[in-house]
Amino acid sequence: MRRAATRSAADQERYFVASQWRMMWLKFRRHRLAMVATPVLALLYLVALFAEVIAPHSPLQRYPDYVRSPPNAVRLRALSDELRPPFRGPFVYELRRERDPATFRDVYVPEAAGAARVRFLAPGTEYRLWGVFPARLHLLTAEPGAPLFLLGTDRLGRDLFSRAVYASRISLTIGLVGVVLSTIFGILLGGLAGYFGGVVDRVVMRSVDLVTSLPTIPLWMALAAAVPRNWSIVATYFAITVILSFIGWAGLARVVRGKFLALRREDFVLAALISGATQMKVILRHLVPSFFSYILVSLTLAIPAMILGETALSFLGLGIQPPAVSWGTLLQDAQSLQVVSQQPWLLTPCLFVVVAVLMYNFFGDGLRDAADPYRQ
Amino acid sequence: MLQYILRRAIGFLPLILAVSIIAFVLIELPPGDFLTTYIQRLEEFTATKLSPAEVENLTRFYGLDRPFHVRYAKWIGNLVLRGNFGWSLTFNRPVNEIIRDPMVTAIVLSLLSLVVTYLVAVPVGIVSAVRQYSWFDYTFTFLGFVGLAVPSFLLALVVLWFAFRYFGVAITGLFSPDFIDVPWSLARVGDLLKRIWAPVIIVAVSGMAALIRVLRGSLLDELAKQYVVTARAKGVSEPRLLFRYPVRLAVNPIVSGIGWVLPAIVSGETVTSIVLNLQTTGPILFHALLAQDMYLAGSIVLILSSLVLVGNLVSDILLAWIDPRIQFGGLAE
Repeated sequence: MRRAATRSAADQERYFVASQWRMMWLKFRRHRLAMVATPVLALLYLVALFAEVIAPHSPLQRYPDYVRSPPNAVRLRALSDELRPPFRGPFVYELRRERDPATFRDVYVPEAAGAARVRFLAPGTEYRLWGVFPARLHLLTAEPGAPLFLLGTDRLGRDLFSRAVYASRISLTIGLVGVVLSTIFGILLGGLAGYFGGVVDRVVMRSVDLVTSLPTIPLWMALAAAVPRNWSIVATYFAITVILSFIGWAGLARVVRGKFLALRREDFVLAALISGATQMKVILRHLVPSFFSYILVSLTLAIPAMILGETALSFLGLGIQPPAVSWGTLLQDAQSLQVVSQQPWLLTPCLFVVVAVLMYNFFGDGLRDAADPYRQ
Repeated sequence: MLQYILRRAIGFLPLILAVSIIAFVLIELPPGDFLTTYIQRLEEFTATKLSPAEVENLTRFYGLDRPFHVRYAKWIGNLVLRGNFGWSLTFNRPVNEIIRDPMVTAIVLSLLSLVVTYLVAVPVGIVSAVRQYSWFDYTFTFLGFVGLAVPSFLLALVVLWFAFRYFGVAITGLFSPDFIDVPWSLARVGDLLKRIWAPVIIVAVSGMAALIRVLRGSLLDELAKQYVVTARAKGVSEPRLLFRYPVRLAVNPIVSGIGWVLPAIVSGETVTSIVLNLQTTGPILFHALLAQDMYLAGSIVLILSSLVLVGNLVSDILLAWIDPRIQFGGLAE
């Protein structure tokens, strides 16, 4: 605030002559949390885009010697003198499985003998980037078979970090695709209701009331349970997206209708109609652009809800099906108290979900402030 | 007022009808009807193949050859006239019997969560608005955002792990082992009350965060208005000034908030119950869906949704009672 008051005259001048988009950006930039959230979100999507490079292992690769291994950190310094590896630089310890004589549980003991050098941006196991381009470059890699398990492994000995990285692809995109679907429904129905009013309006708004007052999770569960288990990954993905947007469109339709109602009485709409524009043209050329920013805000705030919905469904085993991985399917392993108490690292995918959703909320909050740059 | 209630009640009927249609669609949704499963079992049991004529007989017997609306009418007729929700194929018992007790605990859990949500959200929202930008406000703003980002099932998982790791308590189940399958008694209610608070708090947290934000926002709007400044200038004491008008007005969106808090609580309750294995409808719905026991699952969805709709109706009427302007359509959007 104080900074705003002491802004120079030239700055103010720039503010007054700025275009709407420029003013939005200026306002958005002042929202600190949103400015933190934007790069974090960008980073998350980069991780999803380059999952093959970021993940040290393939998400389905099993390491039978390291089943249920706890996280094995990349170290720069040895734990003790006896455990000093024979080389310098970052490394991971070799893990030797032993049975705890008291509890009969497997425990892993770090060993210096087989410690493996960890290299940064180096060739490792081969993969196909986006399923097309063969490559070997990894962000972090060790010798093949070395226990480079940043977040530990699951009951089949698969690397949890790699799985979480690949899972971000489904978890982060399902919100986007779902929101696109909801937008189409929402704008269409909300626009119709707001533009024509009367009976159309009443029917649409009653359905919106109905859909928003239904408890989402039981309904989503019931719909998702009807998706056949033998569908392909892609088909299941789209089915789940459709189910999620089945609820999502309603909130958006309400926003769009409200804006339509407010705007259709404006003079410029009347002017356009008088000069012979068709109704469709009025809607697309004049009405949609004027409330576009509001839609963008509603969209952004709808994405985290969809991410959470997908996570909940997959967590219950009703959403994305193995071998596809999403954060929800990863958490599925951590369902029982027994597992959670013995392998707490299986809960780490929670962090990915919480960070993604939190950042989306901040981002949306910043957008909401920026959506109406003329309001002080 | 009576006229308003009547009008709302009439508007309520088509909603219930729509919910029942949705529930029936859910029942019919899974690929292959229950008869296919039934015939399969029958054939396995008798080790013979049913002739096409027999299959057709069975189809006609269960009314599966009729069109959708006839089957719906039969189902809803049974439900409304005899209170009969159908037959559960996995339990081989009437749905009514299976869901009666769990439905009671689910409602108790949801209502308690609703009460806790409001008991915490209202005072915290008021303090956050009055002491805007204080450490209290910042703390709860932060917690509010985190609360929005952590769905109840994640919270349940983390609390489950935390309680076990640091206190050695397993917070699963609503009853101690001794009380699971006994009829209701005072001791059983006492046992329930001892164990229910953990899930109640877990379910309450997510709705709480949003409500605090709403109340804080609307109270801040009120506090900036002229009449508050005038009253303060005239020397009205601060607490009196605060509670006399601004709080009363700012509570409106909170009351209408039941409309979206209640569905969220029922959703949260369902998932939390599955994670913590509580004796409510959540786990039953889950297992019914996995087994495609659709009459059971559809009935639970129908009852939960209807209850939420009733809750909304009550909150609408409550709102009209608090703020008489609404009855006369004076507060259109």
